[in-house]
Amino acid sequence: MLKPARPLSADIAGLLTARARWSALEFAFWIIAFASIFLFPDYYLILTEIVIWALFALSIDLILGYAGIISLGQAAFFGFGAYAAGLLAKHGLVTEPTLALIVSGLGAAVLGFFTSFLVLRGSDLTRLMVTLGVALVLREIANRFPEITGGADGLQGVTISPIFGQFRFDLYGHTAYVYSLIVLFVLFVIARRIVRSPFGLSLVAIKGNPLRSAAVGIAVNWRLVAIYTIAAAYAGIAGALLTQTSAFASLEGFAFDRSADGLLVLIIGGTGYLYGGLIGALIFRFAHDYLSSITPQYWQFWIGLILVVIVLVGRDRIGTWLDPVRTLADRIAAWRYSRRTRALGATSDGGGQP
Amino acid sequence: MTPVLETRALEKRFGGIVAANQVSLRLEKGARHALIGPNGAGKTTVINLLTGVLRPSSGEILLDGKNITNVEPHSRVRLGMARTFQINQLFGDLTPLETLGLAISERLGTGTHWWRTVGSRAGVVDEIGELLERFRLVDVMQERTAILPYGKQRLLEIALAFACRPRVLLLDEPAAGVPDAERQEILATIETLPADVTVLLIEHDMDIVFSFADRISVLVNGEMLVEGTVDEVSHDPRVRAVYLGEAFDG
Repeated sequence: MLKPARPLSADIAGLLTARARWSALEFAFWIIAFASIFLFPDYYLILTEIVIWALFALSIDLILGYAGIISLGQAAFFGFGAYAAGLLAKHGLVTEPTLALIVSGLGAAVLGFFTSFLVLRGSDLTRLMVTLGVALVLREIANRFPEITGGADGLQGVTISPIFGQFRFDLYGHTAYVYSLIVLFVLFVIARRIVRSPFGLSLVAIKGNPLRSAAVGIAVNWRLVAIYTIAAAYAGIAGALLTQTSAFASLEGFAFDRSADGLLVLIIGGTGYLYGGLIGALIFRFAHDYLSSITPQYWQFWIGLILVVIVLVGRDRIGTWLDPVRTLADRIAAWRYSRRTRALGATSDGGGQP
Repeated sequence: MTPVLETRALEKRFGGIVAANQVSLRLEKGARHALIGPNGAGKTTVINLLTGVLRPSSGEILLDGKNITNVEPHSRVRLGMARTFQINQLFGDLTPLETLGLAISERLGTGTHWWRTVGSRAGVVDEIGELLERFRLVDVMQERTAILPYGKQRLLEIALAFACRPRVLLLDEPAAGVPDAERQEILATIETLPADVTVLLIEHDMDIVFSFADRISVLVNGEMLVEGTVDEVSHDPRVRAVYLGEAFDG
């Protein structure tokens, strides 16, 4: 049978690269995000906060949504990055903020690398406890050395230099917001690239079936170490951003609440498609404001309720409440594809249809 | 000649249970070797030992004469050993397209690349296409694996092992649970393997064993009962006794 190999290969290449292409929806998302700089000048402080939460949740999505590593201690890296940026600025070690951001991220990555070995083995419960434990340990270490960290009072006297020596952090938070948003965007683009690469695919494979992953030659543990390290860098940069935009670092950075809220933000937005953390941060912040304006004392009741509903709708699998939407998208893609192949088959298959 | 795959007195104990007892196997290059035995004889345990999923309690495994007893499972794949699983072990969230693309990328050593997409290499794309066609997965290549019909999943299971381009292929009941029509497809595909690929087949269906294998090992209660040509094994009275009641005349 004469089968032209070309159309199929072209199809495959097309389908594989189609997933990497930016969709109209994504363009819209980022256009709106950057438009907010001009549209909401009164909300820079809140928006900056949202961006930092988004970046933090994104770091959790990289490990949970892609590699299936559940963590309640991502704040360990956030706090580390926050103090690193604070100390670098305070002692004038690295004064240029973007450079300090990178150094803080690298520092958090080193910490992530060494603690990653603790989460390699064991069940989800073990991982929850180990990550939680690491964050608690770091918090107490920071607390134990007030001469370095400022202890319970936080790190005082941090002055952040202008970005590239040009852009001073102003009182209205304009520079801070633009800076944070650009950092988020750049890191998002990198994360997007990572999850769509063979490496990213292998993470999804490991999450789905570590046994089979090893059976096709994937060094499972090293891949997990790699993504855990990358995610730690992301969390560290989020922490550093908080310090740089607020000129202050505190033990709060390591707090259990932060890890838990980060997870909450991600689950509200949905895991495993990168936008979850970003959308979640937005919803979380506005839900917070809205709910606390109705019931100032009991707003967490509603957050709790929403969380329970989301997880139940997701049928016990955390963060899958968006699955129906995704399945629909899959179906549409498959239907469109089958229409195309049918059209192709009519010309190339030589009357294969009954 | 050094056998491609060899085990020496391989033993695996789970507590008091001996799942594999002094198992010694020799597979020459290009062998079509079948491992048979009643349920619970330890066949899958042997495969798990060979692939490194389980560590033996004692004994040695040699690949091309090199001791690989303590080599990690993923490294054994790199050394040229691949397997299929009796119960499908697939990546539910990936499509067949991505699954095969992933396996091929891993084989080519590009699995750690994080800056480009799987489909950006022409060689990979062509190879995915060949495998999809050979295993009749073209029509479902875009579906999530988790929602594929069982027969298609089974084909993907085998295709995934082929994607590793193994020199030694371990097939754990490849046709298990597959309807007759697709069964023939799977077997036909296995027969298209290059002659220099060494195959160890675990199978219950004696028709398949007799038509495929040139040598057979019979495992009973974790011990190697008989090893020989198809003819020798099928006429061995001990084997007949073990398979009492089962049609063993092919």
